[in-house]
Amino acid sequence: MTRKPTYAALEKAARERILIIDGAMGTMIQRHKLGEAEYRGARFKDWPRDVKGNNDLLVLTQPQIIQGIHEEYLAAGADIIETNSFNAQRISMADYGMEDLAYEMNVQAAKVARAAADKFNALTPDKPRFVAGAVGPTNRTASISPNVNDPGFRNVDFDELREAYKEQVKGLIEGGADIILIETIFDTLNAKAAGFATLEVFEETDVELPIMISGTITDRSGRTLSGQTAEAFWYSMRHLKPFSIGLNCALGAELMRPYLAELSHVADTRISAYPNAGLPNAMGEYDESGHEMACKTEPWARDGLINIIGGCCGSTPDHIRHIAEHVKTYPPRTIPHIEPKMRLSGLEPFVHG
Amino acid sequence: MTTTSAAPEMTRSSAATTFINVGERTNVTGSAKFRKLIEAGDYQAALAIARQQVEAGAMIIDVNMDEGLLDSEKAMTTFLNLVASEPDISKVPVMIDSSKWSVIEAGLKCVQGKPIVNSISMKEGEGPFLAQAKKILRYGAAVVVMAFDEEGQADTIARKVSICERAYKLLTEKVGFPPEDIIFDPNIFAVATGIEEHNGYGIAFIEAARQIKERMPLVHISGGVSNLSFAFRGNEPVREAMHAVFLYHAIRAGMDMGIVNAGQLALYDDIPAELRELCEDVVLNRRPDATDRLLEAAPRFKGDGAKKVEKDLKWRDATVEDRLTHSLVHGITDFIEADTEEARLKADKPLSVIEGPLMAGMNVVGDLFGAGKMFLPQVVKSARVMKQAVAYLQPYLEAEKRASGATEMPPKGKIVMATVKGDVHDIGKNIVGVVLQCNNYEVIDLGVMVPAAKILETARKERADVIGLSGLITPSLDEMCFVAGEMEREGFNCPLLIGGATTSRVHTAVKINPNYSAGQAVYVLDASRAVGVVSNLLSETERDGFIASTRAEYAKVRETHLANEARKQRITLVQARANKYAIDWANYQPPKPSFMGPRVYERYDLASLVPFIDWTPFFQTWELAGRYPQILKDNKVGAEAQKLFNDAQAILKKAIDGKWITASGVVGFWPANSVGDDIELYTGEPRAAKLATLHTLRQQMARDPSRDRAHTALADFIAPKETGLKDYIGGFAVTAGIGEEAALDAHFAKTDDYGRIIFKALCDRFAEAFAEAMHTKVRRELWGYARDERLSNEDLVLEKYRGIRPAPGYPAQPDHTEKKTLWRLMDVRHTVGIELTESFAMWPGASVSGLYFAHPESHYFGVGKIERDQVEDYAQRKGWTVAETERWLAPVLNYDAKGDPAKVA
Repeated sequence: MTRKPTYAALEKAARERILIIDGAMGTMIQRHKLGEAEYRGARFKDWPRDVKGNNDLLVLTQPQIIQGIHEEYLAAGADIIETNSFNAQRISMADYGMEDLAYEMNVQAAKVARAAADKFNALTPDKPRFVAGAVGPTNRTASISPNVNDPGFRNVDFDELREAYKEQVKGLIEGGADIILIETIFDTLNAKAAGFATLEVFEETDVELPIMISGTITDRSGRTLSGQTAEAFWYSMRHLKPFSIGLNCALGAELMRPYLAELSHVADTRISAYPNAGLPNAMGEYDESGHEMACKTEPWARDGLINIIGGCCGSTPDHIRHIAEHVKTYPPRTIPHIEPKMRLSGLEPFVHG
Repeated sequence: MTTTSAAPEMTRSSAATTFINVGERTNVTGSAKFRKLIEAGDYQAALAIARQQVEAGAMIIDVNMDEGLLDSEKAMTTFLNLVASEPDISKVPVMIDSSKWSVIEAGLKCVQGKPIVNSISMKEGEGPFLAQAKKILRYGAAVVVMAFDEEGQADTIARKVSICERAYKLLTEKVGFPPEDIIFDPNIFAVATGIEEHNGYGIAFIEAARQIKERMPLVHISGGVSNLSFAFRGNEPVREAMHAVFLYHAIRAGMDMGIVNAGQLALYDDIPAELRELCEDVVLNRRPDATDRLLEAAPRFKGDGAKKVEKDLKWRDATVEDRLTHSLVHGITDFIEADTEEARLKADKPLSVIEGPLMAGMNVVGDLFGAGKMFLPQVVKSARVMKQAVAYLQPYLEAEKRASGATEMPPKGKIVMATVKGDVHDIGKNIVGVVLQCNNYEVIDLGVMVPAAKILETARKERADVIGLSGLITPSLDEMCFVAGEMEREGFNCPLLIGGATTSRVHTAVKINPNYSAGQAVYVLDASRAVGVVSNLLSETERDGFIASTRAEYAKVRETHLANEARKQRITLVQARANKYAIDWANYQPPKPSFMGPRVYERYDLASLVPFIDWTPFFQTWELAGRYPQILKDNKVGAEAQKLFNDAQAILKKAIDGKWITASGVVGFWPANSVGDDIELYTGEPRAAKLATLHTLRQQMARDPSRDRAHTALADFIAPKETGLKDYIGGFAVTAGIGEEAALDAHFAKTDDYGRIIFKALCDRFAEAFAEAMHTKVRRELWGYARDERLSNEDLVLEKYRGIRPAPGYPAQPDHTEKKTLWRLMDVRHTVGIELTESFAMWPGASVSGLYFAHPESHYFGVGKIERDQVEDYAQRKGWTVAETERWLAPVLNYDAKGDPAKVA
């Protein structure tokens, strides 16, 4: 299998500095106050269902807005921008009856981000910018029953997820993504299906991209929604030989630190982190300013915990600018050598020997 | 965090090594019991077997469904999906065991962890072997490879080693399999079968293991041990001895994993010397007549085999002092009276038992708790033991006192505690009381709804060293300010502790402490901090320093708070109203509820509420942090959480079976339209006569204008009068607290704080569950706007349904007095039996009330702080004076009210 040429460029950049990944897409889209009509655009004006809120659709109907957001993040200093494709697979798109648009959305999402990144690459060729094809968790979980009275029941299985993810990953690669980013992982089994699908696509298209993996610890219990600890989660994903493993969403920087430290301690690959801008207040808004967030994440760089950093819910180009400014003087974390041992996991890690 | 596998006991005599113990009972080929359960479809009982294995120490569980009559793929999928919902099982990795690839693959699709596949081999040649290995790697699993090739299973040392080497090369070079994830099974075959060539099978495995480990050091060696002793079926002691001897040698040779029955392993050193030698002769093939000799001797060792687990009562052999400590630390009441009696007979006087061994034991408890090695439920259990011991001594103490006039042991300090007037919530306060008593402080608990005058009178009479106030609802914050002001006025100077859900360090520093300049108010976050704070406050040496530092800290909190407040911009009410939450009423047809006015639900079935219980807050009550059910498996508090949960389940069952409490509620619907920030309710159609007005408050926080956020009030979710739409609103009040007090007295000893607190917390959970159940019924049936809703409990907790049920006094409408209107509309006091206190707390406390909004865009929000212009407007709408309004809304005022109630009082 041949590696995509930008793979080596990404590795080189990651050796030199802490890489900056962009911030929230949804927060930025909200600022545009789009209504049903804008979401539909001309193409879907007669679509039988409401589509307002289907942010992934905007790469087809309002690509200039999405590209504009990408460019704001690039201008703020992001090295890696995430395609606007978080929910763009047929399982989530079923909510809008748009299953069959999933592939096209991914191609376009990657193209829009590609255009933004190329624009900046032309301006500053010495600082290459990368497009990460964002692969979200879908709206179903393969490890958890949606029905409490029937714990053995599942409303999605591994193969359905794998097929949906395959289509998504193919589209992202087709559109020009440099990286496949499997993120906001609530249920590791979903992510394993995404990883499986990604490897299948690599094999079928004979091209290999770096894989970034980012899980979500939902609260202070230190577990994913499906119950795994951070370390157990790493052992479940390690076979994908990811370019990086990390955490995003759910927590602000303060609460994320212990689990990040746990990962940093056990993972022999790069560590990424993009927390929320604090915790939502009573109104569901994120109050943490760019400066505050940067002050909270800077110690991670100082203590050598991270290789890639950015923001999730509530973060904006301003947050990314501050974060980039605060970490620029620190070297990236050195990837530790981890003794080869059989490392298994259930909800908890199990290390032999 | 890492579970590092420790050497099991059977290797006690061997060099330090590690051995993975794979549970074998969830295997239909190995366990007839499990097979029958699976065949019968009794998966619950099958799960219990898996759970037992993990509890017995299995580090991995082997799951095998290879039975001719079973749909093995389906059974594997079903069982693993069920295991996934049982955190106490799924915490450990799974071994997916099948000789059929399709079953293995079905299993791999169900586990989120990293499992082991057992097994693949080159039996069908390299092609299928490589294809399967590649998939296993892609699924993220380790793999067991049988020493099996196109020619068959390897039985000699040379074949075992060469097949494993060939497989290793293929796996590492062609597939990229990590060597440390490869486990070889070089085949354990039965020995002592009477067939001569079988005699070398034991040593062949052991020697092959040694060579494989030498050549490929990162791989692992496993095997199914029970095959070895197949010839001795029916003689368990001999089989176990053979297994122990075999493992002892195989582990030293490099075997590091085995499928064994964790509960039934003999210790190498415990095997009678004669039997051990006979077994070693067989296993190691040391003499030609080894088999005959073992066969001949075997009947003599045949016993009943299975070892029984007995309760470990060794601690009963210790001194009485140590036994008392043990009982206190472990919360055991079985022996406490006998031991206390023994200690009493030994002591010079009864009081010495308390001052001596019992206090020494409680000090151990205090130290362990302080060090985070014991958790709150355990400490409360310890207190139960202590109270029982003291109760036992009471008559002797009285007699002694009468005889000698001796004084009692002075406690370390006296604390008067109360839940303030108007508030009924006391679980947290009770826990603090117990913890303080455990630390030899005398606690005088005045209960709930205690007026300031009574608190101060008691404190004076008892010469209290500290006063503690607790409260849960927001008006209690004001009451606490008032108590603090009264303390100042009456010349108190003892420390004042503040605790409870709505209290905070900021509120204590900014609002309460300034009212009490003669003393110091101290905020106590939770029960575990209470002892530290009190001991500092009462210590001769620490006191001044502690107070000075608290004072300095609070001064800073106050400064920061004021600076923040000054910076927090609010917009005017007019501006806020202009940016109200805009609902597209033109395209909305409000659903009509199935009835109008109130409807009472008496004696609601308690058992039906159990699935609606959200357990996470129950654990929070006990200061055990974490989400249910994961908390039960938490590395730190999991064990205690599980015990607490079990105890709670037992009480829950008794409460339901014995009908200890009654759940009753009332739900009502009325025609309604919004008029400005108010909601008008009408007597009927046409909407001419007003039945009542509900008032709502509007957000006024300044916001980033680029963000699309409205300034919301609850009234925005009801169609405005001018739209002409026929909209509706609902209301409810439910309680699960009727009978609670009587049940406490009837079913729990006065000394049983542990049980009492659990029960009270359960009543609160029931009330919340009732509210949730009722809301579901409203959505699907009574209002019926979501008849097809299908939600899991998780989704319920996450409130993923249409419509909301905000409660007066909480963030969306911080004014508790709005309950009065609800009470009038539904006659709650008479129909359901919930009273309102002067602070508008509900009594019984295990009650929930609120409004129902049905619009799909209605959502929870917080009003936040409001400005004077809204207070004045609200006062006019409610028919209150501004001062009255400021008093009721004190916690949400964005300015310092001139008429601060605590200061005027």
